[in-house]
Amino acid sequence: MNKGRVDQIIEKHHGEASSLIQVLLEIQSEHHWLPKEALDRISEKLQVPLTRILYIATFYKAFSLVPKGRHEVHVCVGTACHVRGAPRILDTVQDLTGIKPGETDADLKFSLETVNCLGCCALGPVLEVNGKTYGNMGPSKTAEVLKNYE
Amino acid sequence: MSEIILQIDGKEVKAKEGMTVLEAAQSAGISIPTLCHHEKLEPYGGCRLCIVEVEVRGWTQLVVSCVYLAAKNLIVRTRSEKVDRIRKMILELLLAHAPDAFELQDLAKEYGADKDRFEKESSFCIHCGLCVRYCAEVKKKNAVGFVDRGTRKEISFIPGIASKECWNCKECFPLCPTEALQAAFVLTKALISSPPSSELVSVGIGKD
Ligand code: SF4
Ligand code: FES
Ligand code: FES
Repeated sequence: MNKGRVDQIIEKHHGEASSLIQVLLEIQSEHHWLPKEALDRISEKLQVPLTRILYIATFYKAFSLVPKGRHEVHVCVGTACHVRGAPRILDTVQDLTGIKPGETDADLKFSLETVNCLGCCALGPVLEVNGKTYGNMGPSKTAEVLKNYE
Repeated sequence: MSEIILQIDGKEVKAKEGMTVLEAAQSAGISIPTLCHHEKLEPYGGCRLCIVEVEVRGWTQLVVSCVYLAAKNLIVRTRSEKVDRIRKMILELLLAHAPDAFELQDLAKEYGADKDRFEKESSFCIHCGLCVRYCAEVKKKNAVGFVDRGTRKEISFIPGIASKECWNCKECFPLCPTEALQAAFVLTKALISSPPSSELVSVGIGKD
């Protein structure tokens, strides 16, 4: 992510310290992670100590301090999805992508996370890719879905 | 108007408006145990050890004295069966993280806390925030902060700042109720994992 773009985002929020989380969220969604240079820049521009920024960036799961894949896969392992077969979905995703929850593959294609209930249990087991929800998943359907992402 | 009279442990105590119950007690020579309180720092209310019983219009409440403001006619009890039981529990939980901390051990004796009650999970840090807040509020350097949350929360030094500021300061070390081990350890780690930008690393924090 180039410095200019970071500055633009900061500018958009008038460089106000109270917009810290908004700025972080925007960089995260555009860039998929928060590089150190960006955090240094934010610290300087918003006049917020780096310690505070890191506290927030590590507090919320929405932020990542390491590179993430282009596609974020969330497998629901909440109770309802679990009893409906979430472990098999998770296994399938792991086999196809070669990564475990919390990891990102070497080509930065996929990142995998587990979540504890996406709030649509009736659709379980649920898989979410880039915020799009896929319900009633089975292993072969999972493979079909993942094929659509390049 | 700005003078408040309250009762602490049966003793009449004068306090100024805006004073906390803890400050009022201390000014009258009544001691309340604390771990995260420091007179140079903003009240934090992190450790909950300073909990006391207060009575307002016949209602008894448990409050944290380092953040609770003194008020007119307040009746405060700094020790009671309930207060002691809570302090004992807090100490037992903290001792699972920092079993060798002298300060905790002394308090444990006083409150009959068993340091082996809970399974050891020695993380050393008890999240009092003294080092973090001192660095931010007094030194204004923000070299050390908290990262992560819940049981994984820990202190972390910013290597770029620490390598410049910490060697000549280290004032946070003696503040730590777990005997400064934690800050020294984390600081060393932060400096070693980042390429040395000063002689700090080769001098070796923690050798002394
Ligand atoms: S390292 Fe020590 S002083 Fe710092 S927060 Fe942890 S227990 Fe408190
Ligand atoms: S448990 Fe998966 S959506 Fe609720
Ligand atoms: S001293 Fe009051 S909560 Fe720690």
